Amino acid sequence: MKAYLSFFRIRFLNNLQYKVAAWAGMATQFVWGGMYILLYSAIYSFSSSPKPMELDQLTTYVWLQQAFLALIMLWYRDSGLFDLILSGDVAYELVRPVNLYPMWYARLLSQRLAGVLLRFAPIIIVSILLPFPYGLSAPASLPSFMLFLGTLLNGTLLTVAYSMLISISMFRTLSAVGSLTLFGILSEFLAGMVIPLPLMPESLQKILMVLPFWLTGDFPFRIYTGHIPVQEALGGIMLQFLWTAVLITAGVLWLRSIKKKIVLQGG
Amino acid sequence: MIDVNNLNKSFKVYKRKNGAFGAVRSMLRPDFEYIQALDDVSFSIGKGEIVGYIGPNGAGKSTTVKVLSGILVPDSGTVTVGGLVPWKDRKTHVANIGVVFGQKSQLWWDVPVHDSFELLGDIYRLPQDKYQKNVSMLTELLDLSDLMPVPVRQLSLGQRVRCEIAASLLHEPGILFLDEPTIGLDAVSKLAVRKFIREINKEKGVTVILTTHDTGDIEALAERILLIGKGRILYDGKFGDLKKRFRGSRTLKVHFSNTPCGIPMTGGILNSRVMENVAEIEFNPDVITASDLISYISGLFQITDLEINTMVAEEIIAGLYREYKI
Repeated sequence: MKAYLSFFRIRFLNNLQYKVAAWAGMATQFVWGGMYILLYSAIYSFSSSPKPMELDQLTTYVWLQQAFLALIMLWYRDSGLFDLILSGDVAYELVRPVNLYPMWYARLLSQRLAGVLLRFAPIIIVSILLPFPYGLSAPASLPSFMLFLGTLLNGTLLTVAYSMLISISMFRTLSAVGSLTLFGILSEFLAGMVIPLPLMPESLQKILMVLPFWLTGDFPFRIYTGHIPVQEALGGIMLQFLWTAVLITAGVLWLRSIKKKIVLQGG
Repeated sequence: MIDVNNLNKSFKVYKRKNGAFGAVRSMLRPDFEYIQALDDVSFSIGKGEIVGYIGPNGAGKSTTVKVLSGILVPDSGTVTVGGLVPWKDRKTHVANIGVVFGQKSQLWWDVPVHDSFELLGDIYRLPQDKYQKNVSMLTELLDLSDLMPVPVRQLSLGQRVRCEIAASLLHEPGILFLDEPTIGLDAVSKLAVRKFIREINKEKGVTVILTTHDTGDIEALAERILLIGKGRILYDGKFGDLKKRFRGSRTLKVHFSNTPCGIPMTGGILNSRVMENVAEIEFNPDVITASDLISYISGLFQITDLEINTMVAEEIIAGLYREYKI
């Protein structure tokens, strides 16, 4: 366990070095967040049909999405890990007396946590200062807020388990980066990152809420805004645990079967 | 210590004809063939040996090292290293081996060397006192103290290789696999690395398996060599024996203070040529030793200078490759 923690720590400190990337990312997220909010407020002001989400709930949702993007983005790939596989340097990972899966899991998790630590505060602060209903509103209640933190963390563990599957698939599909990107974009949509789940047609929502994707970001953000009341969150939390367990098990088994027929690239 | 019996490993290699037509064709019907990387390989290595594992590019050297270090699973055959099957008991096995792949890096690129070392210490679960002891020993032997706080990406190749070797020995492994450790190093670094390998072999009794293309490495380190070509072990024996086999005749070049009229023949001299005041004498060392020949000639003429050429390791290996047509 100490090995994995130590590995986590070194990656985490290492990732905190990338401050320029963080500033650039933050700028992008402000622009995206602003764009979404302008778009939704325009739509809301012209539509008279009943809204599935209040405008201030929606803007809060969008800002949380932008602030915690590093934790929830599904298309994200660790290029270092990909290089490791492509160049055959993964050989060194295999001559260590540790298990590959938890080591890589620690690596991916540290990257996301470092990424969010560098970015979230400025976005939160600026979005709080924006006038109502364009800014980040306070959480629905204290329990909502606590539950939001818990489910966001759970969601991150789920996201990393998902990213692990993408990384492991790299062993099999060395150059299929294009199709992986396409898959990433599709899962973003399924997670409600393009259009929040409540704004989707009801029938589609029913399907998506069985899949794991929405549990990463959509679920905790809606708990924060009170769109999902605290007392109705239990099912989602159980689903989070269930899907995380399923994805981790799948990843461990897949990696085990791949290790048996591994081919190292580049001599 | 290491026992390898009838080891086989093949790889699938995709082939594609060049040009657009070839690309389309390979999409529809990918062409591939199996390359036998290891073909019925058997050998055994005792504790404390240094074995040079040589062969041309693509002969199967690295594949063998990767099987022995538990990374690759062979198609068939048995391997035990210290009683363990590398790919089955991978975690226990790798705790007792150190590996350096000359062309890859095990140090973390962006962090200082000592951070990488500390992480390795944790990965191998080294107690703090043991870790400190090993780090200070390796730092001293490999002269790393100035390099410890430097991020790995800013090290020169020679410096990095020294750190890589130290990293592979932090956990006191009983076996060290070196896959082309001196590749790309300058003369000074090469000598330093070789000296260090000899030292840890002598003092700690570390078994060393060294793959290399640098015959200087072999000459300086390996008493025993394994020659592999096209996946088969072709020669397994002492490097000294090989030298004798390929030596045949040797040549003595003598400079005289004045021009001799000719070299009188004696037993063992095969041929001689005199040009002005230099003579080249080809002799058979099994009949007359170099020192006997020199004293014979110095009794006849005034010698100002001598050169004697031995067949260099490079030529022996090349001769071996030619002999086995690999």
